[in-house]
Amino acid sequence: MSRLGTFTRRAFLLGAATVAGGVAVGYWYYRQPYPNPLEDELAEGEVTFNPYVKVSSDDTITLIAPRAEMGQGISTTLAAFVAEELDVSLDRVTVEHGPPSYAYYNAAMLEEGGGFNFWDESFTAETVRGLMGVAGKMLGLQATGGSTATRDGFERMRQAGAAARIMLVDAAAARLGVAANELATENGTIVHRASNRSLTYGEVALDAAQIKPPSSVVLKERADWKLLGKSQPRVDMLDKVTGAPIFGIDVRQPDMLFATVRISPVFGVAPVRSDISAASAMPGVVKIVPIETLYGSGFGVIAENTWAAFKAAEAIDVEWGEPGYPKANDEIMATFTQAARSGDASAMRDDGNVDVAFADAPQERVIEAEYSVPYLAHAPMEPMNCTARLKDGVLDIWAPNQMPVLVRWFCSDLAGVPGGKTNVHTTSMGGAFGRRGELDYALYATLLAKETDGRPVQVTWTREEDTRRGPFRPASAGHFRARIGEDGLPVAVDMRIAAQNMMSSLMGRTFPSLPAGGSDPSITDGARNQPYTIPNYRVSEIQVPLAIPVTFWRSVGNSVNGFFHEGFMDEIAHAGQVDPVEMRRRLMADFPAAIAVVDKVAEMSNWGETLPAGKAKGFAFTLSFGSWCGQVIQIAETPAGIKLEKMWIAVDVGMAIDPAIIEAQMTSGAIFGLSAAMGQQITFSEGVVEQSNFHDYDAMRIFQAPEFEVAIIENFHRMGGVGEVGTPPAAPALANAIFALTGKRIRQLPLSREVSFA
Amino acid sequence: MNLTVDGKSIEIDADPEMPLLWALRDIAGILGPKFGCGIAACGACTVLIDGSPVRSCVLPVGQVEGAVTTIEGISSPAGLHPVQQAWLDEQVSQCGYCQAGQIMTAVALLEEIADPTDEDIDNAMGGNLCRCGTYPKIRAAIHRAASLKLARS
Ligand code: FES
Ligand code: FES
Repeated sequence: MSRLGTFTRRAFLLGAATVAGGVAVGYWYYRQPYPNPLEDELAEGEVTFNPYVKVSSDDTITLIAPRAEMGQGISTTLAAFVAEELDVSLDRVTVEHGPPSYAYYNAAMLEEGGGFNFWDESFTAETVRGLMGVAGKMLGLQATGGSTATRDGFERMRQAGAAARIMLVDAAAARLGVAANELATENGTIVHRASNRSLTYGEVALDAAQIKPPSSVVLKERADWKLLGKSQPRVDMLDKVTGAPIFGIDVRQPDMLFATVRISPVFGVAPVRSDISAASAMPGVVKIVPIETLYGSGFGVIAENTWAAFKAAEAIDVEWGEPGYPKANDEIMATFTQAARSGDASAMRDDGNVDVAFADAPQERVIEAEYSVPYLAHAPMEPMNCTARLKDGVLDIWAPNQMPVLVRWFCSDLAGVPGGKTNVHTTSMGGAFGRRGELDYALYATLLAKETDGRPVQVTWTREEDTRRGPFRPASAGHFRARIGEDGLPVAVDMRIAAQNMMSSLMGRTFPSLPAGGSDPSITDGARNQPYTIPNYRVSEIQVPLAIPVTFWRSVGNSVNGFFHEGFMDEIAHAGQVDPVEMRRRLMADFPAAIAVVDKVAEMSNWGETLPAGKAKGFAFTLSFGSWCGQVIQIAETPAGIKLEKMWIAVDVGMAIDPAIIEAQMTSGAIFGLSAAMGQQITFSEGVVEQSNFHDYDAMRIFQAPEFEVAIIENFHRMGGVGEVGTPPAAPALANAIFALTGKRIRQLPLSREVSFA
Repeated sequence: MNLTVDGKSIEIDADPEMPLLWALRDIAGILGPKFGCGIAACGACTVLIDGSPVRSCVLPVGQVEGAVTTIEGISSPAGLHPVQQAWLDEQVSQCGYCQAGQIMTAVALLEEIADPTDEDIDNAMGGNLCRCGTYPKIRAAIHRAASLKLARS
């Protein structure tokens, strides 16, 4: 087995936080700031003020945006936080991702991990949020996920910019022999108007670095913002229209070898018989080595170029072991359906008394439905890859990854070098959607780097490996009941949702020696925490143990339960003969932010208008990652199939930092959700994934893309996330529109099982 | 064998069966065209051969006849190609990984149809997948590029 299993000591901290039990935190530890990682990498004439700002005497200003740029525009938004307070425009600065460091912990990511409803501001909820945030700092969880980066960086990075600006101004005041309050800053220059003298940041940088950082800073009022709240040109856009070599797959190092992997398509098994002789003899092949990790076992093929590696990997003659899970897809899906019907459930939301409410319900007032969704692959455009070099006791990893601190821990351990001798270079990512929070690509590259005598090796997966090896978005099934009252509104709703425990799956391949039990909030996320008031309202989790690897996928549990909850709400509205939007208005009356979103999207889409025959609209709403999102889609029947004409999105993000980026993310998230809803599924035959590439695991194409109209609202008093929020309501909005168009209620994704799309 | 890529003649020492994509990336070090699928299903590897868009991941390098143009060869000393400029103006890219291929297909489209309709765009661009869902902006950028090009000519 892999050496990952020996990780217990370092693993303890992360385990404690992820299993969300008691997080014991020493106050002194929390207050102690992390060392500034930029101090180790300064160039000649360059100084650093804190982990986010470097200024060079030649006036180069470098800002660190320590979250992974996977397309969501985060490097622009984070740089704007610092730039706003530092008083420089974005075209004056260089933006870097920065080294892996505990200094860049993500507190917001753990804050919402405590399982409280987003609107719950009770003492307990806030205390747990605080503790989880502290844990994020203590663990140095430099992670990108959970749509948290903007919320996490908002205070901290503005403060970093403000503190650096104060130090630069103080240094200029000393140089000019005037009081600091007589000075103003203008885009990287410090000006003394009275004497018409000025100094650039670069000119005083070396002096400023000697000044003690201010103990407190006053941040600008919103009214004074120059950059924030306004759409900024993205800092990565020029590179991304010129084909610049910024991705993991574009890493080139002197003397580099190329490689690929062939990992068991049956999860959790090793080869039972193999013959690598023919493959090893193929032209361009350097070496074929066995790979054995908790992620998977198989072979690494090292070659002179990627194509030679691909060909040889295909030529390996191998037979894999038998799966420890049902072999056929129907059997696998039946375990979820069965569990949803009759498995042991724990209630994650339990308002009123559901059992009593159903006990005396007249039969004709009760509706019942079964829903299910398949496993899904992430299929980012850039297949998994990683480049590694192990030379003279130093490990270098170039990886498109969402978790640089974890990559460093695991890879240094695997290579047998200290963490301090492991450099993780995070590249731009050709999409990630949660997939690059896993570590397998980096582990495999590290293992192969041990075989190349110090030569760097770039390991690129084929699309087939990328599609088939998981970890996947979990499959799930739901069994739902509702009792409809005399007014057509639901009196009782009972939702039973069955899925695998994602945290156990994750821990099993990373920290197997730790117990990882308990509830998994992601099983019911998007169903148990929605802003509806229903007198008797229960949402239960049923865990299904299955050895198919599952993980985070854009919007996580919300991607499943947005469909379940909002599809079923549409059924309830139909059964109660209430307009679906009107029903939301009544059930959400306690949540003004939700109502405003519903009203806005209804108004934008002209909900309720009479449409010509052959056209229909569908509505759905999901509160996820702290943002309230309503969507309406209009579809049309055409000879070629159903055509998606237009989607309207209204979203309340609390505070909109960059409207253009938010709008792009809403559209992107919705297209991601629609792609999955229309046609994506990962299915099994003989225990092996059937899909392999974009011909059988496709996504929406340009000719299928609807027109979009997005409204951004800022009502709620807390900032929400952006990157994943557009995904959850997309599938139910479309399914509900199909019902309105055809009368067909599709409860099982993908929708292409029952209808075809133009 | 000898190839003309982005106006330069280059010598490539490779198995003639090797797809052009890998010859460009791993042997010639031209990294603009990206690898997405290897089966002509996503368009990330699109280059132009004598002006026509080609999926370089399935074209054996030994069969290349004509001048190859990649994303690295479309801008001029005078500045970005109008399609690139329009992409910049419309802020199209998200992760950006598909965009070299999208841009190359759009360049070819505008050579053929100077002022394409939405339908022309849908027809020409259907083979280029974008997992980030930038399609609405791609449409807008192609219309903008068309007017930029017409204005420049
Ligand atoms: S890589 Fe060539 S079309 Fe996908
Ligand atoms: S911009 Fe990411 S795949 Fe198109």
